[in-house]
Amino acid sequence: MKVLCAFLFVVAVSVPVIAHHGTASFDTSKVVTLKGTVTDWIWANPHCFLKFDAKDDTGAVRNWAVEVSNPTDMTKRGWSRLSFKVGDQVTVSLQAVKNGAPIGRLTKVLLADGSQLGGGAEVGTAPAPAAARP
Amino acid sequence: MRIPVRHITLVAFVIALGLPQLARAQEWNSAGLPDSAIRAPKTNAAPAPMRDIAGIWDAGGAGIGGPGYESPPWTDWAKQKASTFKPGNGPRAVYENDINDPLSTVCDPTGFPRQVLYETRPFQIVQTPNQVLILYMFERRWRVIWTDGRPLPKDPDPRWYGYSVGHWEDDNTFVVNTIGTDERSWLDNAGNPHSGDLKVEERYHRVNHDLMELTVTLDDPKAYTRPWTPRNRMPLTLAPVNFDMMEMICSPTEVMDFRKNISDRTNNK
Repeated sequence: MKVLCAFLFVVAVSVPVIAHHGTASFDTSKVVTLKGTVTDWIWANPHCFLKFDAKDDTGAVRNWAVEVSNPTDMTKRGWSRLSFKVGDQVTVSLQAVKNGAPIGRLTKVLLADGSQLGGGAEVGTAPAPAAARP
Repeated sequence: MRIPVRHITLVAFVIALGLPQLARAQEWNSAGLPDSAIRAPKTNAAPAPMRDIAGIWDAGGAGIGGPGYESPPWTDWAKQKASTFKPGNGPRAVYENDINDPLSTVCDPTGFPRQVLYETRPFQIVQTPNQVLILYMFERRWRVIWTDGRPLPKDPDPRWYGYSVGHWEDDNTFVVNTIGTDERSWLDNAGNPHSGDLKVEERYHRVNHDLMELTVTLDDPKAYTRPWTPRNRMPLTLAPVNFDMMEMICSPTEVMDFRKNISDRTNNK
C-alpha cells in the first residue's frame, strides 16, 4: 500500500509536458530517430520548438519542427534558450504527427557533445479517446 | 600531524558563518520549486502563523491540471454552451489544429475560476489591512480579494476574474467567495463550461508553516446538476522568501508563430 501511495504521489506531482493540448494529433505508438542540423530553436509559449533539417529515406532533406513544453517546464528539465544554436548537429527522437508532415513532439535529443536532453513525451501515451460526451 | 582543536573550531565557525550567506544567495527567474521540495514531508514544520497565508506558494505539477476534470452531468444549457468548445484534452479532445480554446489559441485571459484549476503555477499572496492580493506567475495576473466586510455585489457586470470577498473561518483557514465571472472563459482544458451564475468557494487552509491546502468548490446549477469540487485539498508548498517568479505569458505573437510552425500543420483531415 505504501508503495502504491508513493507511486500515485509521484504520478500526481510529475510535470505533464504537453500541458495545453493532448496527443490526439500524434502517433504515440512509435518513436522515430533522425540525425539533423538545427535551423532554429524557439524558446516561447505555449510550446518551445526545435526546427532541424534531416534526410528522409529517399535522401531528400525535410525541415522538421518538433515541440516540447513551455519554457517554465523545460527550465525545470534543464533546458534553456541557449540549449541549441543554428548549425548544431543533433539526433532527435520524436513522435510524428499522423498526417505525414515533418512535425512531431520530441522525446529526447542527443547533442553533438554527447549530452542528452529529455523532452518528456512518453512512448505509448494513450491518445485522448474520441468518444462523444454523454 | 595533529590539528589543534581551536583551529577546527575556527574552521567550523567560518563555515557556519558562510552557510547562511550561501542560503541567502539571490536567484532570478525561478520556474518553480524543485520536485524534491514539493515532495518533501512537511509534518515537522513549525506551526502555522495565525491569520497569515502571505508568501509564495507552489503546487508543483499537481497545479497544472492539464487534462481537465471529470465533472458532474451537464445541464441542457451547458450542453448547448459547450457544443462550440473544441478542447485539446478530455473525452471531447480534438486534433491540435481544431482546438479553439480561447486561452491557448488567441490568448484570452485564463479567467476565474480556471486560474485556480489550470496552470496554477507558483503564486504570491500579499495581505494588506483590507485586501488579500494573489499574484499569479501564470499570465502574470493578479486578483483582489476584499476583506473589509463588504458584501458581494448584486447583479454585477461580468468580469474575467469575477468579484471576490474573503474572511477567516478560523485562524488558519481563509475562505474566498467569488461571483460575477465571465461565461467566455472555460473551466479547464477539457472544455467544461460555466455560467455567469457560478459561485466559487476557495478554502486556503494553512496546515503548518510550510504547507497549505487549497480546496475549490463550484456551485453552478445553470450548468451542472450538482456542486462539485475539482480541487480537493491540493497541497501547496511555501517557497523561500527570495523566490523570483519566471514570466509565463501568452503572447499572441508567439502563439501565431507556434500555430504557423506546428498546430496548423497537424491537420488530420
